[in-house]
Amino acid sequence: MATVQDLPQIRGVKNIPVEEFYSSGHRTCQGCESALVMRLMIKAAGQRTIVLGSTGCMYVANTTYYSTPWVVPWMHTQLGSAGSAATGTAAGLNSMMRKGKMTQEPINVIAFCGDGGGVDMGLSALSAALQHDEYNLLIICYDNESYANTDIQVSGSSPWGANSTFSPPGSEIRNMNTRWKKNMAPMLAVGHPDMKYVATACASYGLDFNNKVRRALTSGGPTFIHCIDPCPKGWDYDPKYSHELGMLAIETGLWIQYEIIDGELTLNGPSRAIAKGIRKRKPVEEYLMRQGRFAHFLPEDIKKFQDKIEETWEKWWIPGLIPITPSQE
Amino acid sequence: MATVKPKPYAESKEELISGSEAIGIACALADVDVITAYPIRPYDTVMQYVSRLKADGNFDFDFIVAESEHSQFEIVKHASAVGARTFTGSSGVGWFYAFEAITVTAGLRMPVVAMVGNRALDDPGAFGVEHNDAMAVRDLGWHLYWVATAQEALDMALIAWKVAEDPRVLLPFALSCDGSFLTHSQAIVQVPSQDQVDRFLPSYQRGTLQLHPDNPITVAPQVNEDWLMEIRKQTDEAMRRTSDVIKEAYDEFREIFGRGDPSPFIEEYMCDDAEIILVGMGTLAMPTRVAVRRMREAGEKVGFLRIKFFRPFPAEEIRAVLGKAKGVAVIDRDYSYGSPSFGGVLFHELRSTLYTLDDRPLMLNFIAGLGGREIKVGDIGQMVETTQTAIDTGKIEQETTWVSVRE
Repeated sequence: MATVQDLPQIRGVKNIPVEEFYSSGHRTCQGCESALVMRLMIKAAGQRTIVLGSTGCMYVANTTYYSTPWVVPWMHTQLGSAGSAATGTAAGLNSMMRKGKMTQEPINVIAFCGDGGGVDMGLSALSAALQHDEYNLLIICYDNESYANTDIQVSGSSPWGANSTFSPPGSEIRNMNTRWKKNMAPMLAVGHPDMKYVATACASYGLDFNNKVRRALTSGGPTFIHCIDPCPKGWDYDPKYSHELGMLAIETGLWIQYEIIDGELTLNGPSRAIAKGIRKRKPVEEYLMRQGRFAHFLPEDIKKFQDKIEETWEKWWIPGLIPITPSQE
Repeated sequence: MATVKPKPYAESKEELISGSEAIGIACALADVDVITAYPIRPYDTVMQYVSRLKADGNFDFDFIVAESEHSQFEIVKHASAVGARTFTGSSGVGWFYAFEAITVTAGLRMPVVAMVGNRALDDPGAFGVEHNDAMAVRDLGWHLYWVATAQEALDMALIAWKVAEDPRVLLPFALSCDGSFLTHSQAIVQVPSQDQVDRFLPSYQRGTLQLHPDNPITVAPQVNEDWLMEIRKQTDEAMRRTSDVIKEAYDEFREIFGRGDPSPFIEEYMCDDAEIILVGMGTLAMPTRVAVRRMREAGEKVGFLRIKFFRPFPAEEIRAVLGKAKGVAVIDRDYSYGSPSFGGVLFHELRSTLYTLDDRPLMLNFIAGLGGREIKVGDIGQMVETTQTAIDTGKIEQETTWVSVRE
């Protein structure tokens, strides 16, 4: 397990491998971007990969007994265990290969979690997994911004004010969810300075995501990718707009696309253009008002949201990543 | 800290070691691939020992100091799925912190071997032994064995991997060891040679169940009402099969290593012709045996039955021994609040076991030694006296008695 697979960057959509390792046999919702994340992820990783899936949509909707979309070996893990599943799998392979109990070969180990499993419950196990420099593993958080499989309940990764079954707008309290989305990828990047690779991604930019997966798997060591996944059911919109909403999240500056390679940050796609002043951020209202989960918003709520984005881009030490600023003294 | 300089065991030899160290040596002899640790007293002495074995280059394995007990158990579960031999453990509330992972380990039929250094559950905090922590797995599909000596700890650890990893079984194995009395107390242990162990213990082969790119299976999908009952029943069948596998392994063990009891499941001490039989588990065997011997010297017909396997529960063998007695005194180092007789867990299992007998002995329950309180020879004498009174009068005044407790 010391070495990594040869997974070169894919130049252009025409060069994306045609083989599918996440195929038919699942029953995800129409317009599910998380299903696309799975498909693009394993397309980039290839056949010599073990995938571990923690409880959530991509477990329940994908793998119902007697049917599986996974052409590669796949195993369920508990809700908070994406980090532990990756660690245990990598450790088992590592130990047996070193001791000659298994043929030596680099096998990709990928564990995925939703925002509930990763941003909330699994945070400590994720953090522990990311400390193990001796194991090559990738953890992907597919973030649809709620516990979407269990009836759309608010998570630590849900946006402020979003309507969910645990944060319904009422006659007394309009915005039950008073928490802002956790700053997940930067928290992991800053907290684990020896990590070789951290990225954010969105399935609306498929090739970009393919290449981020490959970069992660060839970095050597534990890596993390956080994907924003529009969810027709949880966000309440027509499924045909999934891609558009993913793009809007980025174009409004709400979600920022970047890679941190060996501690060096590079913004990419529209986020890079925004940062360089080539493109202007779209008003967040365009994004919010396309989703039923924000339908109860009054102008003041939209303004609050817009102000938060302004703050993120204008006041943070590193826009979109680091809210801490050094003292002027 | 480890008290013995760890060394590889080319030849069988005697060592003065604790129960934890004995299991640590078993890990090395079994060539375990992945071990996960998290600190909690008293089980963690085994992890201190194996970490030293690794540091000194005497045992090659992947050692992961997890960030919680939950992760500890999840990590070995997944390592086991790719075919690695695994070991982990915990104590008290740490064992409970891992409980979700402990549950699925059995549900998935992963042959993880775990040590429980029995410890009282919080709150209030107590480091000492109490059996409720390990007892909690009794309904999940784990083997559950109560160890009495350091020698038995080493021997049963080797047997644990052999039985758990047997394709007819594939169920995890918990070695329950009394905190302090076993985990920290030293005794002379005959450590077998590597050659003996290699002859006894085959490598772990998952075969078509191994998670590997050459065998692209989907493990643990959602089954719902369509299949859950069938899968539960398969686990039940494995638990029913394991009794024979245990016997087979135990016979082979006795042949190769030249030691062991007549039965892997129970240990009888002066039970022949005994009118009163004391029953208990773990290290309380030592004071109980001493008390029984003294009472025998005084002409009392008393015996002691030690239950070794709590799961699978050796009902047949127990009936054969206890069915002959007039009175049975069950010593529980655990308690079940609100249970049918407001007593211990072992008591209720035994009463259920004996129900099918036509001629049932009188049964009394003694709650003793909770939180590590010592069970004294005199306490045992009182238990027998109370049981004798019940036999003489034909009446049970009080079913459950808390022994040596302040009023």
